[in-house]
Amino acid sequence: MRYEAVIGLEVHAQMLTETKIFCGCATKFGAGPNTQTCPVCIGMPGVLPVLNRRALEFAIRTGLATSCTIAQYSRFARKNYFYPDLPKGYQTSQFEHPICEHGFLEIDVDGETKKIGITRIHMEEDAGKNIHEDSGSYSYVDLNRAGVPLMEIVSEPDLRTPKEAAAYMRKLRAILRYLGVCDGNMDQGSLRCDANVSVRPAGQKELATRAEIKNINSFRFVEKAIEYEIRRQIKVVEDGGKVVQETRLWDSAKGITESMRSKEEAHDYRYFPEPDLVPIVPDRNWVEGIRASLPELPDAKKKRFVAEYGLPEQDASLLTEEQAVADWFEKAVSSGGQAKAVANWMMGDLTRLLNDEGRSIGECPLSPKQMAGMLSLIDQGTISGKIAKTVFEDMYRTGKDAAVIVKEKGLVQISDVSEIEKAVDELLARSQKEIERYRAGDEKLLGFFVGQVMKATRGKANPQTLNELLKKKLSS
Amino acid sequence: MELFNLGIHEIRAMLDRKEITSKDVTDSVFGRIDAVEERIRAYVTVTKDEAVRMAAAADGATGSDTAAPLSGIPVAIKDNMCTKGILTTCSSRILGNFVPPYESTVTSKLTDQHYVLTGKTNLDEFAMGSSTENSAFQTTRNPWDTERIPGGSSGGSAAAVAAGECIAALGSDTGGSIRQPAALCGVVGLKPTYGRVSRYGLVAFASSLDQIGPITKNVRDAAMLLNVISGNDPKDSTSAPVAVPDFTAVLGQDIRGMKIGIPKEYFIEGMDAEVDASVREAIRKLESLGATAHEVSLPHSGYAVATYYVLATSEASSNLARYDGVKYGFRVEGKDLLDMYMQTRSQGFGPEVKRRIMLGTYALSSGYYDAYYKKAQQVRTLIKNDFEAAFKEVDLIVTPTTPTPAFKMGEKTDDPLQMYLADIFTISVNLAGVPGISIPCGFTSQNLPVGLQIIGRHFDEETVLKASYAYEQSTEWHMRRPAL
Repeated sequence: MRYEAVIGLEVHAQMLTETKIFCGCATKFGAGPNTQTCPVCIGMPGVLPVLNRRALEFAIRTGLATSCTIAQYSRFARKNYFYPDLPKGYQTSQFEHPICEHGFLEIDVDGETKKIGITRIHMEEDAGKNIHEDSGSYSYVDLNRAGVPLMEIVSEPDLRTPKEAAAYMRKLRAILRYLGVCDGNMDQGSLRCDANVSVRPAGQKELATRAEIKNINSFRFVEKAIEYEIRRQIKVVEDGGKVVQETRLWDSAKGITESMRSKEEAHDYRYFPEPDLVPIVPDRNWVEGIRASLPELPDAKKKRFVAEYGLPEQDASLLTEEQAVADWFEKAVSSGGQAKAVANWMMGDLTRLLNDEGRSIGECPLSPKQMAGMLSLIDQGTISGKIAKTVFEDMYRTGKDAAVIVKEKGLVQISDVSEIEKAVDELLARSQKEIERYRAGDEKLLGFFVGQVMKATRGKANPQTLNELLKKKLSS
Repeated sequence: MELFNLGIHEIRAMLDRKEITSKDVTDSVFGRIDAVEERIRAYVTVTKDEAVRMAAAADGATGSDTAAPLSGIPVAIKDNMCTKGILTTCSSRILGNFVPPYESTVTSKLTDQHYVLTGKTNLDEFAMGSSTENSAFQTTRNPWDTERIPGGSSGGSAAAVAAGECIAALGSDTGGSIRQPAALCGVVGLKPTYGRVSRYGLVAFASSLDQIGPITKNVRDAAMLLNVISGNDPKDSTSAPVAVPDFTAVLGQDIRGMKIGIPKEYFIEGMDAEVDASVREAIRKLESLGATAHEVSLPHSGYAVATYYVLATSEASSNLARYDGVKYGFRVEGKDLLDMYMQTRSQGFGPEVKRRIMLGTYALSSGYYDAYYKKAQQVRTLIKNDFEAAFKEVDLIVTPTTPTPAFKMGEKTDDPLQMYLADIFTISVNLAGVPGISIPCGFTSQNLPVGLQIIGRHFDEETVLKASYAYEQSTEWHMRRPAL
């Protein structure tokens, strides 16, 4: 039998606000334990939350960028459960009245564009972190993260394959980063993903029982964890069993999901409206102001790159995934670089060099203008494409302009015909045997002649001029 | 008269005239505490050292003639309001060692005026109760009859004011916790409109109902204290951004033509005959001052107690979850995390608090939420609508504060439902969010005080105070002091 998977994702995105969602404590990552806390985020008796307006703005930004309806009335709710990292004994979250609903985003998979519904986006506070002593006798609680603002972005069960799920995550991450509301860093936990997965016989309309997969803590595990879970559920069904509703944990070391708790063991969170915070009724003018301030988003930018720069779809896609990359590209082009050439260099040599050092485009030691400068040296015939590769690496290492490197290293291409002719004549004068073989029909030897002249000119001979000269002299 | 028996405005006048110093009045109050506290047990913590320091500071600051109204005035604070560096227990074992590193907004405002803190007063644990018998530490006695309870939960504050162990006090009122003890102790207790006073630093019992207010010896004092503590607070988003008038400005104004509503549902069977008579007499007195009385109906009053015990306990079950032994307060080491939680909370909370946590947890549980919490919210709206409809007809609503005078210690401790009915006339006011005051309106044949409740429109404490003052000035109930 053929099966179809049905996947929905719940994504938690840590918002890039300076301060926490209900108090003025800093949100910076990596500070000493409990140094970014106050009576409010520690949950001391009698303290009260006050909503960070910036967090609300970020949630609305995200909702607008994903075509959501922004609620005219939104409320916080308490989600009650006991855990040491949850200082109040409840998480202030949203339940009945989320800030955003009914949106969507588009993904491209195998050349097809697919619309994925977004059920809701709500705001909530993060919990702290438990730290367990190695000896096992004590645990400690770090509440720096408690109260850091999160958005939970819940998709409709519109995804059908692990590949689609990964594409959805990539697109969502791109949008969040474009908006500047989340750094999208899954390894540091600022972007987290839970997946609801079920499988049903292909063609069946009703949904089958789902399992929720938690702890997918890296980008590359999104596909892997879902793939595993689909295989597992199909096997359960084919063995005559039934998939049970449960929460499962992804174990990246073992590459499997394992049962964490069943439906019966699920918490009863006893949600109720948060009485310490007043309902949110966003001012419509404010919302429209936020809408007007949205940046050009990845899809629009990609379309524009194709139309404006004549780039292939694939290139436009790659270049627009990150706003900073797209900006870099546009700066290089506006500095005089030819679009396709800039794209090729960025996707090729530049990406390789950056990846080798784990650097982002923001940490790139050379500027778009410098790349445009190098491209113009190629265009002018000052250096060859081949030499340019060396020059480019040098630019990357030293931060110097291409023209400076070319001059310092004497890499200026020899385009002077008489100079090249001199070298060719010298070579031909001592290569009688090879000339005869070439004339007898062994045309592959042309490469030998080119190589020898290049060696003699330290690679600086203009390749086109050299080829023409050689062909002419050898055939005469 | 001894200084400790005077009110804020009288002390203020004497201080301003330089007849006395804050040290004099503070000494008088602490002399009184030394003399009677053993019998009253109003305080969980007496802060004599702080008081001496604060009085000296006030005396030093009042060199000019622009002293703040509360400057140098000894005030007692209910022990559920956080005071920086001073034990704040909520009369609970679970916070028995808790010293807040921050100050509540109301006490900050008082501190800004150079008030003198006399101490932290006893309450029913976490403000849950009507007699202070639920305090983990002690039961406060009614100064009019020390065999009887002072009411609650702000029983310590009301008793301290009545006994002269402070000049005025702050209480908190979730279902009657200021007005009921004020009535039973023969003093003035005002619950402001929900949102009038910041709750920041008030240890939450039921967030949507809790409100801090003054407990004083007379109406003018209540207005003066309310002036200080009112106002929108950026730390409390439920505090309302409404202007704060000078509440003393309306005192002494004529009440002729004022319409007073008498809700027929509030004169119930089983009400104490002497209370009933005192309240009816008080209504006649208001009429003689030019007000007109009209029967009104608050048809959903019969559901108020049930509604309150669903909503207040639901919020409490969540508000009290933070007392888990992890971060501060009382902890019992357990064999594992769950055991630590269970031991800490089993031993840290008293029976009434546990009863309410269980009630509230049940009401919010999946499958019961719609039938209890949600239904109660709907009824709450109906109760609020009742008041709004009545206030289209009348300016104020007048009722008894309590159905009976102070009862004896132990009389109702075995019957929580009977205890809950002590608040039957005060609870609706919290559910509706409107302001209500209790002022003395008589004494029973056993010399126990009776309280008159006057309820006003949202944010219209002025009319409440105006009528209260007019009544008070034409009677002498507020002049009486218990023989101790």
